[in-house]
Amino acid sequence: MRTYALRRLGLFIPTLILTTLIVFVLFFLVPGDAALVILTGEEGAGAVTDEDIARMRHELGLDRPIHVQYGSWIWGILRGDLGTSIWYQTPVIDELKDKFVVTVELSIFGIAMAFLMAVPLGIISAVKQDTWPDYISRIVSLVGIALPTFWLSILMVYFLAYTFNWLPPLGYATLWEDPLLNLEQLFFPALAIAFHDLAFTARVTRSSMLEVLREDYMRTARAKGLKEMAVVGRHALKNAILPVVTVSGYQFARALGGVIIVETIFVVPGLGRFVIESILHRDFVVLQAVILLTAAVVLTLNLVIDLLYGILDPRIRYQ
Amino acid sequence: MIENEAEVRPASGLSTGVLGPLYGWYRWTYRFCRTKPLGAIGGFITLLLVIMAVVAPVIAPYHPKDIDGPRETLGVPLAVHLPPQAQFPFGTDHVGRDLLSRVIHGARISLYVGFGSVILGVAIGASLALITTYAGKYVDLAFQRLMDAMMALPGLIIALAIVAVIGSSLQNVILAIVIGMVAPLVRTVRSQVLTLKETDYVLAARAVGASSKRIIFRHIAPNCFAVVLVIATYYLGLAITIEASLSFLGVGVPPDVPSWGGILKRAAEEHVKTAPHVAIFPGVAIFIVVLGFNLLGDALRDVFDPKLRGR
Repeated sequence: MRTYALRRLGLFIPTLILTTLIVFVLFFLVPGDAALVILTGEEGAGAVTDEDIARMRHELGLDRPIHVQYGSWIWGILRGDLGTSIWYQTPVIDELKDKFVVTVELSIFGIAMAFLMAVPLGIISAVKQDTWPDYISRIVSLVGIALPTFWLSILMVYFLAYTFNWLPPLGYATLWEDPLLNLEQLFFPALAIAFHDLAFTARVTRSSMLEVLREDYMRTARAKGLKEMAVVGRHALKNAILPVVTVSGYQFARALGGVIIVETIFVVPGLGRFVIESILHRDFVVLQAVILLTAAVVLTLNLVIDLLYGILDPRIRYQ
Repeated sequence: MIENEAEVRPASGLSTGVLGPLYGWYRWTYRFCRTKPLGAIGGFITLLLVIMAVVAPVIAPYHPKDIDGPRETLGVPLAVHLPPQAQFPFGTDHVGRDLLSRVIHGARISLYVGFGSVILGVAIGASLALITTYAGKYVDLAFQRLMDAMMALPGLIIALAIVAVIGSSLQNVILAIVIGMVAPLVRTVRSQVLTLKETDYVLAARAVGASSKRIIFRHIAPNCFAVVLVIATYYLGLAITIEASLSFLGVGVPPDVPSWGGILKRAAEEHVKTAPHVAIFPGVAIFIVVLGFNLLGDALRDVFDPKLRGR
């Protein structure tokens, strides 16, 4: 276990460093560089002198060599300083803190909901392979993939407003302040996210279950007279669920993109609106911070899942 | 664009190989339609989309940017937000353009972005996967870490940021989608390459003295084709969804271009209550097209991957 954990960590750290490099280089390549973009604003209007640009470049520290810029950026992150927002002129970390928590909560809520719906669907689909329940469950997941999350959200808001007179609540309460209100606010956005993720998770559950159901020990379990429920639930599911959990972990990065859009439609005060405003204002410092933060969360999550695997399934350690 | 109905072509050449050019086509298509009816529906939707995009100017009753046509047809001063009716089956939008014409022309944008980014992404992803696997241990190891890092980045936010940085145009949207698509593609092709490396015919090729280069490009690469084709079909749907999402958020294609996502943006912002039809038809179009690509992809996967047959 120790060698496995060390090897896995040995992969984690270079990947994390590479991620910071990618994020840094991506924004270093801004054509005409950030100083010009900030000075000319969204429309590119207004006369800008070379002096102004030079001053702005100096202010932003863009006149330093690239490795110094990268170094100071990393050093700042290590001390919990994600830079100062170009647009709001406030420390990015202060703006992000609360919003990030909301977005992560909504993502987890959505993924958990998808997991709870997808696993039964996948199991039914595998046990009743090539019968009507299987077809129906596959059609449900295909529809989930094909419905664009943002369109589904628009339809949900419209439908809820018209039939139940329900509008997304404006104020926001955290899970700790008012769990019920929090649930009311996040239920429908989470449902929209879940419906999309469901398809993929159900498909993985289905093929993983089909694989396990063909194993010899399944025949043994049936032969010794166990009830079908016990065979499927205890013997098959336990072995089939591991790949599904991994997939759910990797889905976090993907889900987050969808969450951003869903939040803007359901007026959830998470990262969504903030990120889109930052894009419109070309606030690269904020974007850089958001992307790095989510990537770090995803990498850490994958590390934790892999390590848990090593503990749960001894076979993995010796591969 | 017509040549992009590649969905049925390669199989006759690759998996069966012995069939005559035209007769084989028919037979393969016939068998495909009979054994995979859902896949055939998907293929039909794809074909319909291609035809619709090619002949869009002919079948669309109005020009997609024409704000006077519908008004003059009815002889009224204002034809804004008309509900669906005989002359305008999908109604009109917030400045009085015919929505049907805009949705038809939207197929061109979706197809252009879909095929453009998938062809580019597959070309880049597949060659990178082959080259790094061929280059050997250390290059491969380093490159895999780079791919891990790229997989961890939140796709849509990166695409948004890229378009924000380099400006919104169709080409830039394609570029942003390709960047997000490369890492998973490399993964898929690489795992296929690693599997093929262990096959007997690769061993045989090595035994008769074929170089690694020859083995990779002559023996392994062609056999990755089926896997790539299947994943490309799924990614067509994904690329179209991402383009729609970007345009919906206002950073995709310029606003006057009739993109499905762009039409939805205006509809969702202001007019869902007064004119729900504007919010419904473009969304239905995206839904049908993405569903078609996924049905086709599922069927192709069943046909090509013997391990998954009957799953």
